[in-house]
Amino acid sequence: MIHLDSIAWNAGSFCLENVCFTVPVGRYAMLMGRTGCGKTTLLEIICGLRTPRAGQVLIGDSDMTHELPAARGVGYVPQDGALFPTFTVREQIGFALRLRRWPADEITARVAQLTDELGVTHLLNRLPQHLSGGERQRVALGRALAANPKVLLLDEPLSALDDELRDDLAALLKRVQREHGITVLHITHSRAEAATLADVVFRLDDGRVSEVPVTSDKFDGSESLKTPQP
Amino acid sequence: MSTRRAWLTPFWMGLALVAGFYLAFLVALLVSTATYTTPHQIWEALGTPEIRYSIVLSLITCTASALLAVLLAVPVGYLLSRGRFTGKPLLDAALDIPIVLPPMVVGLCLLIFFQTAAGKLIEHAVPFTYTVAGVVLAQFVIGAAFAVRTMRSVFDHLSSRPEDVAMTLGCSRGQAVWMVTLPAARRGMFAAFSIAWSRSLGEFGPILVFAGATRMKTEVLPTSVFIELSVGRLEAAIAVSLLMVALALVVLVAVRLLGERL
Repeated sequence: MIHLDSIAWNAGSFCLENVCFTVPVGRYAMLMGRTGCGKTTLLEIICGLRTPRAGQVLIGDSDMTHELPAARGVGYVPQDGALFPTFTVREQIGFALRLRRWPADEITARVAQLTDELGVTHLLNRLPQHLSGGERQRVALGRALAANPKVLLLDEPLSALDDELRDDLAALLKRVQREHGITVLHITHSRAEAATLADVVFRLDDGRVSEVPVTSDKFDGSESLKTPQP
Repeated sequence: MSTRRAWLTPFWMGLALVAGFYLAFLVALLVSTATYTTPHQIWEALGTPEIRYSIVLSLITCTASALLAVLLAVPVGYLLSRGRFTGKPLLDAALDIPIVLPPMVVGLCLLIFFQTAAGKLIEHAVPFTYTVAGVVLAQFVIGAAFAVRTMRSVFDHLSSRPEDVAMTLGCSRGQAVWMVTLPAARRGMFAAFSIAWSRSLGEFGPILVFAGATRMKTEVLPTSVFIELSVGRLEAAIAVSLLMVALALVVLVAVRLLGERL
């Protein structure tokens, strides 16, 4: 579960006030809003990369408001993937596990499992500059999932991809969320993505969050994405 | 219009002319210096014990001061790039002081500082005035300012997002910088080292004032040029100057080649 209670944050003339919403356990939530309205800022507050002026951030049942990012158990995929420039795919995905001093054979097994699931096994020895956009997003997703986070935060993971890649990655995201039972908060400004992936949709307008209806055109991850007709 | 004709427009020809004149002037300076004497005289001058000592001391002190400059420049450059604190613009400007001050003034400031109580205390532990350590310190003061500028620019151009992600995966900020950001900055660190090294090689004013120009003790290559000129040995001064030009070219080429491979 992700619960934000009366979150307030400001920088210059931009502010978020009294932001309250809850993403239920194991659900796929979308957060929508116009470009520049503060969606990424909210994600960074949940991650612990920004400190709110007021309010509480609960992940599960724990108050994480003042905890360091490392202690929150979240997986974070920024908009461009933000892969580590000098790490191979193998090293990217195994990074969190090496930090936790997993045995080498367990790291190898976990990396193999994730790369197989994400379809990037053939890229294990590649550096980020030799990956396509879709491949980078898959590797970033694998890196975020490696240490079994309770919560996955995705910042517009599909925005820079062409239609075909977007469909493939959307299907992958839904399948991964269902199979791992993770609570997901996915930022998008695409109604089509929200309509086809989300269990619950929130909208950020003028610094406040409200829940909006999800359309009936749901996607369960077991077939190719159907983009709703306008 | 074909590519060839596109480059023959008055605009590009004018720019090429300006660049050509400047390059021709630089080449003329070097060629006139190189052809003033003979290779035999150059070789003879470079073989004297004083010049050989000067060459070795320059290589050692430049390397030491450049390493120290990078050690300082990495944390300070990171602070200037990523830090958000009151007084940051002042700190940024203050760190440029060694760049804008006349080099002789830097040397004079060092000399005066080490006459103060604090300076004398330091000198009890490590003598700096008129010593080899003083040569390193004088080179470091100026080289570090250039290295800090370089590393600040490097960190400005490196996205902070990978660090953020590393922290969400379990790192502290220090770990994230050490494991993720610094490996990505290694080309920049090499550039900062090269800039500091090249700057140190040519440093003369602060060394002359603070460390002196004692032969076989604190004499480095620029000091050798000064000493040889002052005693009228022009060929020796030219030989040392050409050696410094060669060293500078080697560093330039190394930065271009190795920097791309890092």
